[in-house]
Amino acid sequence: MSTLTALARAQAVARRIAQPVATVRHVHVSDRPLVLIPLALAGEANAPLAAMVGDEPGSPRLVVVHQPRNRDQRFAFAAALAGIVVGYVEAFRSAVETIPSGQGREPRVRCADAPQVLVPNPAGIGFVRLLGRSTRFRRSYGEYAVDPAVPVLGRWLTFLAERAEYPGSCLLLAATDALALHWASGQSPVEDLNLAALLGWIDPPAGMTGPEAAAAAEDPVLWPPAGPVTDPTFDNEVLAPLIEACARAGDGTGARRRAESALEAAVSAQLTPTWGLMWRGVGLLRALPPGGRVAARWDGDKDAFTRHAEHLRAGGPPQPRRDSAVAAARRLDWMERALASYAVQRALDDPLVLAEYRMTGEAFVGIVTAAEPGPDRRLGQAAQAAPADHRHHGGPSAGRGRRPAAVPGPARAERAGRLRVAIGPAGAGRTGRAAAGRPGRRGGPGAVRRDGPGAHADPGQRSGGGRPGLLHDAVRLLPAVRDVPAARGDAVDARRPAARVRARRRGR
Amino acid sequence: MTTEARLDRIRGAVPPRNHNARTIAALTSNPGCARRAIMDAAGVDKQRLAACAGFPAPFGQSQFAITRGNAFEAQVKANGCAELLRLLREGLGLPIPEVSYDDLEEVAGNTSRELRHARTRSLLARAAASGADAGTLFDHPLLRLAVAGQQVYLEPDLIAFQLHGQFHVVEMKSFAVIDGQADGDKVAAAATQSAVYVLALRELLAGEGYGPDSVSHEAVLVCPENFSNAPVATLVDVRKQLTVLRRQLSRLERIDSLAELLPPGLTFDLMIDEAGVAFRPAAELTEAIRTVPARYVPECLASCEMCYFCRDEARGTTAALGRDVRDDLGAVETVSAVLGLADGTLTPADEQAEAAAMLQAAARLRRETPGGAA
Repeated sequence: MSTLTALARAQAVARRIAQPVATVRHVHVSDRPLVLIPLALAGEANAPLAAMVGDEPGSPRLVVVHQPRNRDQRFAFAAALAGIVVGYVEAFRSAVETIPSGQGREPRVRCADAPQVLVPNPAGIGFVRLLGRSTRFRRSYGEYAVDPAVPVLGRWLTFLAERAEYPGSCLLLAATDALALHWASGQSPVEDLNLAALLGWIDPPAGMTGPEAAAAAEDPVLWPPAGPVTDPTFDNEVLAPLIEACARAGDGTGARRRAESALEAAVSAQLTPTWGLMWRGVGLLRALPPGGRVAARWDGDKDAFTRHAEHLRAGGPPQPRRDSAVAAARRLDWMERALASYAVQRALDDPLVLAEYRMTGEAFVGIVTAAEPGPDRRLGQAAQAAPADHRHHGGPSAGRGRRPAAVPGPARAERAGRLRVAIGPAGAGRTGRAAAGRPGRRGGPGAVRRDGPGAHADPGQRSGGGRPGLLHDAVRLLPAVRDVPAARGDAVDARRPAARVRARRRGR
Repeated sequence: MTTEARLDRIRGAVPPRNHNARTIAALTSNPGCARRAIMDAAGVDKQRLAACAGFPAPFGQSQFAITRGNAFEAQVKANGCAELLRLLREGLGLPIPEVSYDDLEEVAGNTSRELRHARTRSLLARAAASGADAGTLFDHPLLRLAVAGQQVYLEPDLIAFQLHGQFHVVEMKSFAVIDGQADGDKVAAAATQSAVYVLALRELLAGEGYGPDSVSHEAVLVCPENFSNAPVATLVDVRKQLTVLRRQLSRLERIDSLAELLPPGLTFDLMIDEAGVAFRPAAELTEAIRTVPARYVPECLASCEMCYFCRDEARGTTAALGRDVRDDLGAVETVSAVLGLADGTLTPADEQAEAAAMLQAAARLRRETPGGAA
């Protein structure tokens, strides 16, 4: 959290409504997302109680377990949920698109779109992970056989939950996370985990202020918790007697059917308010213009989805309980890369996110007065002449700059060559090397911190033929760039060997 | 007036609520809160107090969770802890050839805390003195720990006396360990609670002349494995928690010095009549509660019964917006000051200069950004 966000929160308190912390949408929102609201029985490891699920606001489907501690009913629930979730997910396998691979290689084929599952909060993602774990190793034959759809559900849920750990991936999203990425409420991040309260701040009902709506949202009678945990009072006063009534009534009797439908009605009443909130959240996110790099990240999700669909089709094994050492290192590597490029992409897409880096002195505003392409010594590659309109985006360094390769196209182009940048009064041009991809130098001596506190870059003074541009503090870096080898290894850095292996493979 | 008498007066005419390992663990998470320290030391029923003041606590425990927890503990302890012994022998390789089992829940039908503690003390001292590999399990022992100058009684799930002359604290929790991993927050909470017991046990044995080595810093955590009810035991190293706990307990301002600062007539008595109805007016209670300073942070929402009261009181402060905001804005305590410093209408005090400069830069950046809604 930066001072910028802190200020936005303070403004939200004063204005009694959430304040934007993004100018564009940083998440992909599918045309047909699957909303999934799970409920679990308190105290158990992963005993599903119910789920409301569906891809249309008008037709939610309810799956209820009448005796959550009963193993058979638990897997019957999983089978029923599989009918909906697996059907939704696998429908995306049929339509494909062809991607040119370039450099004389065969064009490759991938799914034209991918599924998107939305849960209310991060705990919902945890539920998906656990349900995936408890079902993916089940067998449809032998002792304790389950419906064949159950292990398939488990593998898809596990895939989604693992993917949710990747920064920037949108296959499985928690609504509170997605909303908090774009708005700062006037409450704490702890309270933002309550979907009803967060939406109350962002989009209060007519005649209410944000804090009033958020306060009302904390009443579990009006707004039941968005799961997976249920309201303890509901558990004790409503749920427990109903479950007991179901258990008492004999199989197939009218009393049993009545008890079951009473239980379903009670659970449905707990879920329906959240169902409405989820789609309101989807609507709010859709109303934001998408960031320029959102589609490219979604392409990455489509690739991952295609890979997993292929893995399933080829009869590959389920995801292991624990990653092997190599797989864990690889996953860490990918996640760190994803984190670094996600941070850069968001900043390049959104001036309000970039402003965070301007606050810390990792990015600044200047006027590009001249550009002189040259080789990028650190990468040892001939620089490509970058499109002119990209030149002036001086992005933040990727993950403190230790991974030049993770810097996306435009920022990478800036590293090449020399730019003349006018900072401050017009005409006071300085020559510098744009330095996306250098170790962080927050507020170091001599740094060009035109945007940090106390330094005024008056926008009115920008003039001349150049464009206002955003660059890293270029001047200080010129000598340093030559001295520093391309990749500096830290003592603990699992990525380094992996990078070397990749480089060797490429060379072969 | 002695501190005891002061605290009795503050609590009012009701029996005190006990501190337990959970409340001590919570105390260490927000040690600067005098309100909580005073209320816990006096044994105030915070749940009821908050409700009477108009801010009922958001907690409640689901009977499903309680049932599950009790069933699990009963299962592990059934037949003289047969299941637990198997775990200790097989799972952890702790050789326990023979076992005796002592239940200390009552002493000859008497459940008074002093008696139970005395009995616990004498039995544990005897076990420690025997020095042999006596595999003794003590169920429902009653320990004592000095918290903020007050003696607090604690009841661990179980203490096992092992080989090499060391006691181990056994903690049973009903959250699941799945593929060797459990919810980090829950494990951390269990470890802190175990550390409280280890500390109390060490204090007891120190009184008998035994060093801290007589109690292992490795607590045995017993949880259900994966999605079954089968228990699994894990050794949890609580040295870090012990260090934190000792530091926080020593830092806890002594209750008597806190109590001295309070108005002499202060009481949270709810004026409960014979029918159990509280008559104390909410406004009067609110005034009384406010005389004891609190230190609200949003994390209180998960652990303290007074949280809604304190949150309401803290509205408009930067602390109410979360630790990140508070840390970021350092010396700026209220939201109105944040906004005043940001737009330059408020002159910063010396210690606010840096925060003010940051805020002005932030405000300018938000203003300059199209769509930033300055």
